[in-house]
Amino acid sequence: MADTMQFDLVSPERRLASVQATEVQIPGADGDMTVMAGHAPTITTLRPGVLRVAGPSGTDEYVVSGGFAEITGEGVSVLAEESLHRDEMNQSIYDRMLDQARDAHAKAQETFKNEPGPVDDAAKLLSDMVAMGGHIGLTPKGF
Amino acid sequence: MPSLKDLKNRIASVKSTRKITKAMQMVAAAKLRRAQDAAEQARPYTERFNAVMAGLASSVGGSDTAPKLLSGTGSDKVQMLIVMTAERGLCGGFNANIAKLAKQHAAKLVAAGKTVKILTVGKKGRDNMRREFGQYFVGHVDLSAVKRLGYANAQDIARDVLTRFDAGEFDVATIFFARFENVITQHPTALQIIPAKFDDAGAAANELYDYEPSEEAILADLLPRGVATQIFAALLENAASEQGARMSAMDNATRNAGDMIERLTIQYNRSRQAVITNELIEIISGAEAL
Repeated sequence: MADTMQFDLVSPERRLASVQATEVQIPGADGDMTVMAGHAPTITTLRPGVLRVAGPSGTDEYVVSGGFAEITGEGVSVLAEESLHRDEMNQSIYDRMLDQARDAHAKAQETFKNEPGPVDDAAKLLSDMVAMGGHIGLTPKGF
Repeated sequence: MPSLKDLKNRIASVKSTRKITKAMQMVAAAKLRRAQDAAEQARPYTERFNAVMAGLASSVGGSDTAPKLLSGTGSDKVQMLIVMTAERGLCGGFNANIAKLAKQHAAKLVAAGKTVKILTVGKKGRDNMRREFGQYFVGHVDLSAVKRLGYANAQDIARDVLTRFDAGEFDVATIFFARFENVITQHPTALQIIPAKFDDAGAAANELYDYEPSEEAILADLLPRGVATQIFAALLENAASEQGARMSAMDNATRNAGDMIERLTIQYNRSRQAVITNELIEIISGAEAL
């Protein structure tokens, strides 16, 4: 039996989860990472994706977007600007998130004509969003 | 001397006023509970966020490459004041107190030769400041259609502010709102959000972390979100304060109306007695004259 650690998932509006977990898979900005108890203290930003929590009471999945995860030896706290339980996610919410990402991308292309940085960031956000949809079985409209 | 009928009408009208203020007080009490709940739910996020930001800021802040949202533009010439008030009145000194603080601040800045720009959130503050500082208004956010404050509302405001900042429209941004202490006390507060200020508590503990991607990249990603977080926290505090202020204002009004009804009733009874006595005297003296 592996050791457990404290896992907290909070959004600005509410606390979504505060449970004991054995492993947490986080969609980090540089790629997915799985955290288990005793992980080195790390702070990583999040990309839009699916966060998976495995604990003694089973596995849970959350859709997160924007924010960061703070990992200490004793636990993981994820602060996500938008986060929803997998079951609460549906096509209309997904469409809205995708539309926002598209808008941001279009806007970035418009305002930063000669700077590739922000445009690339927005394009990455958009493609992450699309990939996340594939993960949870939702297809973006217009594709 | 008002006639008996006048008095009766006045008592009836004050009574119906009392009913209204009583109802408003109860509505405010229910809304206050909800607003306080929302503020409490948001607290863990804000606290963790600020703690991590403080750590990041203290380790990156000193370098020349620090983002402008943290280090500032190197000037404080153009000041943006974001004044957050309620959309409705009848909440005691709530709106006036926030506007007063913002006005003092603005007057000081103007006297010091700075350029002032004012962004108002909430109609009441805008009305209050229009006469003296109307020429400084650069924008207004209307939240009257919002039933339940969400993070999206804060994001909208933050996006507006950040767009202006990126366009070089201002150097320093300060938000004005009322911090909720309890139902009777709300403190009008000024908080500088750009460049961001963090207290150094908890900064030391953060030095052990690995950062993925780099510290600078995380900071650059999180600073704009920090603006939204601060604004959201302020909006929630403000909502709770507004309902608290309204509750105590309406409680006062209800009590005043009760006192007034008592006074008017005494006056009504006395004048009715006087009328009766008068009539008796007339009858008796009439009988004696016969």
